[in-house]
Amino acid sequence: MPSLKDLRNRIASVKATQKITKAMQMVAAAKLRRAQNAAEAARPYAERMDRVLTSLAASIGPGAQAPALLAGTGRDDVHLLIVCTAERGLCGAFNSSIARLARDTANSLMAQGKTVKIICIGKKGFDLLRRQFEKQILEVVDLRGIRSLSFADADTIGRKIVSLYAAGEFDVCTLFFSRFKSVISQIPTAQRLIPLGLAEGEPAAAPAAVYDYEPDEEQILATLLPRNISIQVLRALLENAASEQGARMSAMDNASRNAGDMIKKQTMKYNRSRQAMITKELIEIISGAEAL
Amino acid sequence: MPAFHFELVSPERLVFAGEVEAVVVSGTEGEFTVLKDHSPMMSTMKPGVLEIAETASKKARFFVRGGFADVAPSGLTILAEFAIPIEELDGAKLAADVKDAEEDVADAATDEARRLAAEKRDQLLELKNALKL
Repeated sequence: MPSLKDLRNRIASVKATQKITKAMQMVAAAKLRRAQNAAEAARPYAERMDRVLTSLAASIGPGAQAPALLAGTGRDDVHLLIVCTAERGLCGAFNSSIARLARDTANSLMAQGKTVKIICIGKKGFDLLRRQFEKQILEVVDLRGIRSLSFADADTIGRKIVSLYAAGEFDVCTLFFSRFKSVISQIPTAQRLIPLGLAEGEPAAAPAAVYDYEPDEEQILATLLPRNISIQVLRALLENAASEQGARMSAMDNASRNAGDMIKKQTMKYNRSRQAMITKELIEIISGAEAL
Repeated sequence: MPAFHFELVSPERLVFAGEVEAVVVSGTEGEFTVLKDHSPMMSTMKPGVLEIAETASKKARFFVRGGFADVAPSGLTILAEFAIPIEELDGAKLAADVKDAEEDVADAATDEARRLAAEKRDQLLELKNALKL
């Protein structure tokens, strides 16, 4: 049976924690709005890029030699997994669900006898994957110093990927991040970057217009494909940022609610034992008086 | 002049969208002006100034780097890695930045840092040259 003082202390400490979680929730809500706006603002570019690449790829035709970034190396022995996570924790299952998806993929690839290499963007993913894949992690990209993501940041990563690819370090590249669906739902996603998986479908609609190319198709593709990779990385990072704040917001909301429940329970317990004590003292006084 | 739809998109946001009469694009193989019903074409762009004439009198100028123009029957779309209105550029500040960047190149300790600094300096020089037009 804890003493009254113990109970009082515990209530005070839970209250302090609740204040912190509430504040974190509020901060996450504000950041979420900004991150969401950034993610939405980046969408038009990615959409247009997709459209342009699809029509270019269709026009290049099966006969011509497609660039390696589009068609792949023709093998799939070495896989590069790019795992984007947050730099900080306290956001529910956000980091671990991305890491789990990446780990499962890596395990199943290795079971098929393929080589797996990993690049971690964000410290948390590295922390989670380090134990199992220490030797396979090529690099950890630290984004802690960056306040708002810009294209230049994503471009650095994108160029690194392209140069690794050019050096023949891997055959297939997959990007892991969390797609932002809503505040309470973020979907861990794996997206193939190289070779590029363009939406197959009705290419018949696109070549209705005969395009002039300046310079020719191959050269345009050669400049656009690396840029597309940077764009996809940027998009993943922006979606991730929004997801992270959303996940943190709901995690902190839960934590505040739990703290509230706990405070209620402890206060009840505190009052009960306080009353029991008073009753006990009264009984002692009365029975003392009766004895006289 | 009849107007057509024009969009200037950078990775971070939609910079400009609206009906315009003419756009002068500095393509890799030369400048060209896009008017309404231009035949469909795609072109990469060299870093430079993009001139937009919303009407004959109302003009806007943007500095664009890493651009790509897509002229479709529905209008013109320019995808740019970097786009900024010319008015937001300040000649004096730019000159100072270029000087800083040159010092960075000289001070760089590693090859990687030097390459990055040089890249930054070149980009600033491009901006500066564009302003002098």
